[in-house]
Amino acid sequence: MESKFEKKDKRLIFKIEEDIDECSVQKMRRKLDNEIERYMPKEVIFDFNNVSFMDSAGIGLMIGRYKLANMLGGKVGVANVPSPVRKIFEMSGILKIMPEVEIEKGGKI
Amino acid sequence: MNNIYDNEMKIEFLSKSNNEAFARISVAAFVAQLDPTLEEIADIKTAVSEAVTNSIIHGYEEQMGIVKLICKIRENEIFIEVSDTGKGIENVEIAKQPLYTTKANLERSGMGFTIMESFMDSIEVESVLGLGTKVTMRKKIKSNSNKEEDFAVSTTATAIRGEE
Repeated sequence: MESKFEKKDKRLIFKIEEDIDECSVQKMRRKLDNEIERYMPKEVIFDFNNVSFMDSAGIGLMIGRYKLANMLGGKVGVANVPSPVRKIFEMSGILKIMPEVEIEKGGKI
Repeated sequence: MNNIYDNEMKIEFLSKSNNEAFARISVAAFVAQLDPTLEEIADIKTAVSEAVTNSIIHGYEEQMGIVKLICKIRENEIFIEVSDTGKGIENVEIAKQPLYTTKANLERSGMGFTIMESFMDSIEVESVLGLGTKVTMRKKIKSNSNKEEDFAVSTTATAIRGEE
């Protein structure tokens, strides 16, 4: 997973590049929380472009990070959501609290 | 040996969470012989992942155990059975409720059974406290000829209605 912090907008972007399941979220959680706490971003964006699989562990992962970012005064959005991931997001209502952002086109939450 | 199924496979593996990927990829490879769509494969992989995760983190919790995965094919239908000999579920009906989880501290969403129910055609859960849990799921794969027929029928219907 790569992360990039854009100072100007205080925006933190995570590029997730692996399957998201109970096994992988255990490792991801720590890194995500460390970076969010370190940068205190106004916006956190999760880029799913290179994610080919996600199960319900991803819902918990997203909601957990949403709570943390919110507590620190930031918003959370998602980008490049592929169709299998979208199906899980739609079922769980996550897109209602974490809007989709077109990061390549300079979109904001 | 009963032969009501056209094909069958069985895998047993340790209840380690890094076996979740192994389990769902094995099932996806096995079901490939039915020529499923990408969406059907994704649905099956997700459902398998949910069932296997449940066995690992709820059935066996911190302990090691064996998760058994059986897949059978009859005509265009896949049957998947995931079972463990872990602690079992006290009340299956309650456990199946959306958002119900006993492990909120681990950020479990409580959506596992809901996903299995909606991604597969049917799911059955048998569980005995102290003995273990067995989840049986099935899904019909639309065969290629059916897909073409569906397309033909809908095109014909459209033509008859004089639309487009």
